[in-house]
Amino acid sequence: MLIGLAHYLTVAAILFTLGIFGIFLNRKNVIIMLMSIELMLLAVTINFVAFSVFLNNLIGQAFAMFVLTVAAAEAAIGLAILVVYFRNRGTIRVEDINMMKG
Amino acid sequence: MIVQAVLFYIFAAVAVASGAMVVASRNPVHSVLFLIVTFFNAAALFVLIGAEFLAMTLIIVYVGAVAVLFLFVVMMLNIDFLQLRSGFVRYLPVGAAIGVVLLAELIFLVFGWFGAPGGQRAAMASATGGLSLSNTRALGGILYTRYLFAFQAAGLILLVAMIGAIVLTLRQRADVRRQSISAQLARTRTETVEVVKVPLGSGSS
Amino acid sequence: MAVAVVFLPLLGAVIAGFFGRAIGDRGAQLVTCGALLLSAVLGCFLFRDILASDEVRVIPLANWIIAGGVDVAWSLRLDTLSGVMIVVVTVVSSMVHVYSIGYMHGDPSIPRFMSFLSLFTFFMLALVTSDNFVQLFFGWEGVGLMSYLLVGFWYDRPSANAAAIKAFLVNRVGDFGFSLGIYSIFVIFGSLDFSTVFGAAPKAVGTTMEFLGWHVDSLTLACILLFIGAMGKSAQIPLHTWLPDAMEGPTPVSALIHAATMVTAGVFMVARLSPLFEYAPTALGVVGIIGGTTAIFAASIGMAQPDIKKVVAYSTCSQLGYMFAAAGVSAYGAAIFHLFTHAFFKGLLFLCCGSVIHAMGGEQDMRRMGGLWRKTPITYVTMWIGALSLSAIPFFSGYYSKDTILEAAWASGSAVGRYAWVLGTVAALMTAFYISRVMFMTFHGEPRAGEEAMHHAHESPWVMLIPLIVLAIGATLFGFLGYDFFVGNERVAFWKSSILVLPQYDSLAVAEGVPALVRFMPLIFALIGIAIAYVFYIADPQLPIRLAAQFRALYLFLLNKWYFDELYDWLFVRTAFVLGNGLWRSGDGAVIDGFGPNGVAAVTRDLARQASRLQTGYLYHYAFAMMIGLVALVTWYLFPR
Repeated sequence: MLIGLAHYLTVAAILFTLGIFGIFLNRKNVIIMLMSIELMLLAVTINFVAFSVFLNNLIGQAFAMFVLTVAAAEAAIGLAILVVYFRNRGTIRVEDINMMKG
Repeated sequence: MIVQAVLFYIFAAVAVASGAMVVASRNPVHSVLFLIVTFFNAAALFVLIGAEFLAMTLIIVYVGAVAVLFLFVVMMLNIDFLQLRSGFVRYLPVGAAIGVVLLAELIFLVFGWFGAPGGQRAAMASATGGLSLSNTRALGGILYTRYLFAFQAAGLILLVAMIGAIVLTLRQRADVRRQSISAQLARTRTETVEVVKVPLGSGSS
Repeated sequence: MAVAVVFLPLLGAVIAGFFGRAIGDRGAQLVTCGALLLSAVLGCFLFRDILASDEVRVIPLANWIIAGGVDVAWSLRLDTLSGVMIVVVTVVSSMVHVYSIGYMHGDPSIPRFMSFLSLFTFFMLALVTSDNFVQLFFGWEGVGLMSYLLVGFWYDRPSANAAAIKAFLVNRVGDFGFSLGIYSIFVIFGSLDFSTVFGAAPKAVGTTMEFLGWHVDSLTLACILLFIGAMGKSAQIPLHTWLPDAMEGPTPVSALIHAATMVTAGVFMVARLSPLFEYAPTALGVVGIIGGTTAIFAASIGMAQPDIKKVVAYSTCSQLGYMFAAAGVSAYGAAIFHLFTHAFFKGLLFLCCGSVIHAMGGEQDMRRMGGLWRKTPITYVTMWIGALSLSAIPFFSGYYSKDTILEAAWASGSAVGRYAWVLGTVAALMTAFYISRVMFMTFHGEPRAGEEAMHHAHESPWVMLIPLIVLAIGATLFGFLGYDFFVGNERVAFWKSSILVLPQYDSLAVAEGVPALVRFMPLIFALIGIAIAYVFYIADPQLPIRLAAQFRALYLFLLNKWYFDELYDWLFVRTAFVLGNGLWRSGDGAVIDGFGPNGVAAVTRDLARQASRLQTGYLYHYAFAMMIGLVALVTWYLFPR
């Protein structure tokens, strides 16, 4: 069967949802959360590229590059914060991060 | 065409499965490895669609840098194996429900868009924007000319991220000797040399 | 000069009140007594001037209210009626001031006391010289206020505080009627000025007003409402309950306020408004009936009271009833005459009571007195003068005024008049009985007080005795001297236009013609009363005790003031407390506080607490919330309305 835009978008949607699951279903540690964010960004990138190809417009792929850039930067900063947090707290268990409790 | 379809389904299935395993895996190192597998499969999907530059970039940047970074941190933080908490089971129904609803809507949206007249672009068009260049050349053509500003801005973002990461994690160790050049250069004569009148025959103390 | 008469007491009050601590006790006493004595002397000269002049003199002082149709000014109205009142008020007040120097000796707040007395005098003078209803009301309220302050002078006594509040509250009930009366006057006449209202009174006869859904004769309504105010101020039934309790105040206060001046303000008001009351015969009838009833009612209670001051207080109540009875048969001159003589002999009686109490070291219960006449001779003599005057024994002034009232009551021929005569005559017997009882129990017989008390009993100092003597002279002579002018042949020339008596109601004119038996009946009754008292307390002292035991219910009924206080307590006080408590707790507390400040605060706190449960601190909870929001938005956009 002809692989069309819809299929790519579906794959992206599924990956996105998985990333979301990873954020609030994970009870282990924060790194899983960061990885889920990466999954979501990947899904978005797939979307961009798929649309770019099917609409004959390169802007999509260019933007996908920028998404990549930002994702890398964000991963770096996020991990840096995590490391510093771990130094101060000694744990990165998600359940222990509740100091903002109101 | 058939090959393309089969390949697509294989790559897609593996990507989805390893994405699920990222979340569900117990060992964090396994999670990172599954993430890498996901990235690889996504890259393969990109190649299938004709955007090979992006696929390679994905591998180089994501797998080569970001995933490795994740691995570094996982190792450095020495995270223990963690059992599945009871909270997981408690929240699973609600969370799964929300997620499934979202997924259903997204898919519904996609196919609904395709059902509308005039929205059918089923055919795969060109990955080069109609030009007869390679994907890389075509991207380079627009990236350094029309979207120069965005490109430079992206670079700045990376710079800021780098500085930020360093600032956050830099530790001054107390037991390491280092030079402070500015302090050395700012030294004055009065704090270095002291003139003492020493009487003949006695030492200076 | 009139201005000086009215305002000198105010000046004295201000100086003593504000600078009392600076000028000391002596200074305050000197200033206030000096001001009052000067005012009294000037008052007498003023009275002579008024008698000499022909018509009413109005001295405008200042404007007060000019708003819409209401035009009220401060002014002094000088006619015979106000002149008589000025003399009464200033003379009695100055005597009380001098007396207080002795009586209040050793009290820690003398300047305050003197200042209050003078301030009271000022208010009373403002009342009697007023030219319009509002200034009358100003003085009215002012004397009520001073009564409260003076009755509760010893404010560390809870009973005094309660009595002061009771006096003020009961007065207030009367003032409510008074205010309504003033409003109705304004509605009828469109003005509050005496001259205007008196001039327009004849035209208002027969007009009707709507009141609570009924159509009533407007003048009758206004006069009855005004009389309700007089009932409160002059302690007539049913607003009499405050007067006996007001004896908690120092004796000079009782003498001045609750004998001579404040309580007579009601009588003065009815006399002053005689141009109105004459055209409302129904209202006058009400006045007469209430007066007569009060006269006998209070006298009956006075017979059984053991406290010396309470007996005299009920006596005041009863005599006021006589005055109102006189007014009720249009014998205003007689009412004012009796007011005049009563001021002197009742003030004398009270001051003598004070002297006795001073001699007994604070004891007020007559059952613990007796045999005092040798110890306090001057008090004894002056008090007998007062008692005989009260009992209306010939030659003493009370005889001239009280018997005139009774004669006029009979002569008026109306049912009200006859009723008042019957009750008044029986009350005369009771009056003579109770005051002789007081004299016999206090001064005669065997001493019932202890050795210690009798040893300490001594005559009062001269500063207290001189006022007694002055008042005794007044109680003896003024009746004989004033008879012709107040109620006799000279009365029309005397009163001129200050009192209006319509010819058809002029009972004083025919008072001469009553049968001799009628004329001498009160005197006979009074002598019988004295004789009975002699039997009870000198000849056979055990007789009253046996009688009281035998007729126990009747005795208790009289002793407990016909249970009026208990009735009021059950009817009004308890209801008020229940209502107040209920409203406070459920109305104010539950409803207003609950829905208002407390409620709002509680709801706010509650909502905030609920909302703060969202802030768990866990990041994934927040992300989950975001997700739910996102799904909701997407769903909403997905489905077209």
